[in-house]
Amino acid sequence: QGKFTLLRDTRTDGSFLVHHFLSFYLRAGCKVCFVALLQSFSHYNIVAQKLGVSLTAAKERGQLVFLEGLKSCLDLLFGEEEEQSEQPSPLQFIRPLSSSESASNLKALFDFVRTSLNPAGSDSWKGPVLLVDDLSVLLSLGATPVAVLDFIHYCRVAVCSQLKGNIVVLVHSNEDSEDEENELVVNSLCHHSDLILWVEGLVTGFCKDVHGQIKIIRRVSLELMAEPDHVQIYQYKIQDKNVTFFARGLSAAVL
Amino acid sequence: QASPTSSTKFGHYYDVSKTMSPELFQSIKWHSFYLAEELSLQPKMKTCNMNSAYTRLLQSIQRIIYQEGFDGSDPQKKQKNILRIGIQSLGSMLWGDDICSSDTPEEIHSLTKFLYVLRGLLRKSLSACIITVPAHLIQNKAIMERVTNLSDMVVGLESFIGSERETNPLYKDYHGLVHVHQIPRLNSLICDVSDTKDLAFRLKRKLFTIE
Repeated sequence: QGKFTLLRDTRTDGSFLVHHFLSFYLRAGCKVCFVALLQSFSHYNIVAQKLGVSLTAAKERGQLVFLEGLKSCLDLLFGEEEEQSEQPSPLQFIRPLSSSESASNLKALFDFVRTSLNPAGSDSWKGPVLLVDDLSVLLSLGATPVAVLDFIHYCRVAVCSQLKGNIVVLVHSNEDSEDEENELVVNSLCHHSDLILWVEGLVTGFCKDVHGQIKIIRRVSLELMAEPDHVQIYQYKIQDKNVTFFARGLSAAVL
Repeated sequence: QASPTSSTKFGHYYDVSKTMSPELFQSIKWHSFYLAEELSLQPKMKTCNMNSAYTRLLQSIQRIIYQEGFDGSDPQKKQKNILRIGIQSLGSMLWGDDICSSDTPEEIHSLTKFLYVLRGLLRKSLSACIITVPAHLIQNKAIMERVTNLSDMVVGLESFIGSERETNPLYKDYHGLVHVHQIPRLNSLICDVSDTKDLAFRLKRKLFTIE
């Protein structure tokens, strides 16, 4: 309850974790707001079906609110004027309407999240969940790192504190990255996360049986002099319908 | 442990010393984008702090997708083909972008915004796009990292010309290396990673070989 989980990937693709959390929370009966910035709805739907969940059905019964970033962006830029004046697009920041309103205001996106997860009278879902894939895209679209961090902060207050829900966010980070803005966002989020799942490609390069390593970092206490974070490391292999985890060096191929 | 003697042939024949015969392309429907011509047309796409050449290119692509029925919006126009788009030297001065010429570009987000909108257009239509980017000219490595993240498949060609590898006997049959930076992972948890990772290429008048 009220937890902030950061998904981080380096040298590999951590999106399998996003698919996992999405189907996990939907199966658990939570109301989910999914801000999907990089892939289409059908991509997530096809994978979710392999994991035993239908996103279409979840949307129809009001359990899943899905923001398809790519489609929203097209509607914003190619859509008719009348459609837009009714409700500001969640991705409004891509088109700053005046020079004073800098391209760093993600308020419309936050309003969208908050409206999606505010419990309606008839709702009987268990705790709300915000899922974001992936936050780094916002920087590519012109949002400043401060705006992105502000957005996350507001979401934490609304979703974690007020609604006692959970947030799961995916960010990319390369080692020796020269993307300072992205590194700033990632490092800042790390400090404020209750749980960090850090997925990394193997240093030794690609291997058929071990796709990578996952570091699970649990924040035991946010106080200064308290216990250090609890860290566990496993390796994993991704298959068509699931992911297997095992202790380092104990892959089935090795034993 | 893939056997080096097995090979797969892709593609078609070409000869860089000749121009294409007119009969070859007269029978198919093709479109081109020439910036100088497009500048005279009125923009229909909303502004979003993007370089105007990119804006017009996106508009042109969107118009073709819509008019030729590649987005399935018009049931009268049933498309059986895929729209194949090729864009050259994106990010270079040819497109009015200053990321290749300046350390502090004015429109630093133009290229990444362009790629995001293009991605949206491709995802909602029957189309595929291949883009070339002069990465060696882009000083800002952060932009290249973002460009990679916004793409489905990323392949780098590294020429031996001008590098110490030119005289290395190991590479004497080749012109450069092929780096596969990223492969698509679409509609699935897994992706199709090949066994061979060290690839080099050889470019001749009639054949482009990757080994």
